[in-house]
Amino acid sequence: MFRKATLIMAAISGVFSVAASAEDTTLPTLQKIKASGIINVGHRESSIPFSYLDDKQKPIGYSMDLCNKIIENVKKDLNMPSLKVNLVPVTSATRIPLMTNGTVDLECGSTTNSMERQKQVAFGVATYVAPVRMLVKAGTKLDSLDDLNGKAVVTTTGTTSDQLIRKNEKGMNIDVKNVYAKDHAESFLMVETGRADAFVMDEILLAGFIANAKNPKDFAIVGPTLRAEPYGIMLRKDDPAFKKVVDDTLKGLMKSGEINKIYQKWFLSPIPPKNINLSLPMSQELKNAFTNPSDKGV
Amino acid sequence: MSTYQWDWGIILQQVPESEEFYYQWLISGLGWTIATALSAWVIALLLGSLIGVLRTLPSRPLSFIGTAYVELFRNIPLIVQLFIWFFVVPELVPTVVGDWMKRDMPLPEFTTAVFGLGLFTAARVAEQVRTGILTLPRGQKNAGLALGLTLGQTYRHVLLPMAFRIVIPPLTSEFMNIFKNSAVALVIGLTELTFQMKQITGDYAPSNPIEVMTLVSLLYLSVALSVNRIMAFIEKKSRVPGYISGGK
Repeated sequence: MFRKATLIMAAISGVFSVAASAEDTTLPTLQKIKASGIINVGHRESSIPFSYLDDKQKPIGYSMDLCNKIIENVKKDLNMPSLKVNLVPVTSATRIPLMTNGTVDLECGSTTNSMERQKQVAFGVATYVAPVRMLVKAGTKLDSLDDLNGKAVVTTTGTTSDQLIRKNEKGMNIDVKNVYAKDHAESFLMVETGRADAFVMDEILLAGFIANAKNPKDFAIVGPTLRAEPYGIMLRKDDPAFKKVVDDTLKGLMKSGEINKIYQKWFLSPIPPKNINLSLPMSQELKNAFTNPSDKGV
Repeated sequence: MSTYQWDWGIILQQVPESEEFYYQWLISGLGWTIATALSAWVIALLLGSLIGVLRTLPSRPLSFIGTAYVELFRNIPLIVQLFIWFFVVPELVPTVVGDWMKRDMPLPEFTTAVFGLGLFTAARVAEQVRTGILTLPRGQKNAGLALGLTLGQTYRHVLLPMAFRIVIPPLTSEFMNIFKNSAVALVIGLTELTFQMKQITGDYAPSNPIEVMTLVSLLYLSVALSVNRIMAFIEKKSRVPGYISGGK
């Protein structure tokens, strides 16, 4: 009995000592990079065209190009031309813990700058504005939310699309059946197989699925913009020196217009691996975000 | 070295722009987990016992059916089976039936999860029931038959009562497994406990995933432990003094 109690006590104190050591504050990122000679860059694996793996398993994309510009400036500022870049794959579930525990110093993906996330991390100025819209089978009449009455709408687990409808549902008194899928690919499958009538998501992701579908003409993106979400490059909180490097780099690209060329490369030209062109012209919201850079969250 | 801001109160917070609270999501998820696991367990236990018995019968065709069932359902990963039931089967059956499965079947995710999980677990229960029967000395069956009982009566009154007692410990594990395996049903959109965990730690409250995941783990732990205690109670109550599991 005594041994059992000791074991339990040991296990509990182990848990708490981990929690306690996790409270230690970290070095500012630039000092950490200088001391270690390494910058750890978090990237996604299939967030097309922002951050994804090409056929050689190398992370590429719009966000990766922007991050490379930031890394160049870090090298210049620290006077470390041979700074080593360590690429770390992250997922939507791991990106925040890996940022707060120091595994990655910069996350280059497609993360919405939200007030919720700002409790843990900080963001550079918005590099993309994602309008949220609906994907339906071509020919479905869905001009406004009212047309969703009695329809099944699919939400990808972990996103807030169901709330967008729910919020409007109240005001408009429409009856929507919420169904769920484990990832975006499965949500698309739900519409393709007729289990759901509409898939509510960021337009850019919907465009990617349509471009990759067997018959892109079978699908359409319809309806009003339900919400606009700013995407940002993620960094640690309360680190003004590093945030300045990130923001100054991005603002510079926006001012010089260089970011337009990078946009052109990923959104309006054929991209690897299948050489598909997303053909998504810059929205007015994004143009505004480039003229008046902001790191405000939603 | 971490800048992680701990906040165990996250679960008591209100969902932004709604009247719900996150703990209500977890309770609702736990409810679906328990409902799915218990319903699937009924199928698993009934069908599993039947298949297990089939495999021990002297009839070649019957035992072949039992063996085929077990090997088919045991050798395909559960996640693939659920995916097939939910996404593939409705495309293979006639359109009318397929459309009904997709649109009009009551609670499509729940129903599919219960059957998928039940059929999968039945294969595992079958193996344990078969083991229980085969563990008994061969003389028991012969004694039953010599007493003039039919084969059916021998199973009912002699073999199965002892076989089930013997396999209570492995059946307990299987019963606990079915609660944990029910988490796989999130791939077909069942809003069970793990689904709710993913939903909360996604875009709704992305800043404190570690706390939510820990709480969900504790919920699973307490459910599994309760099952374990209930089964231990049943084992104790069903003990036959002087027999295998009645010893001690």
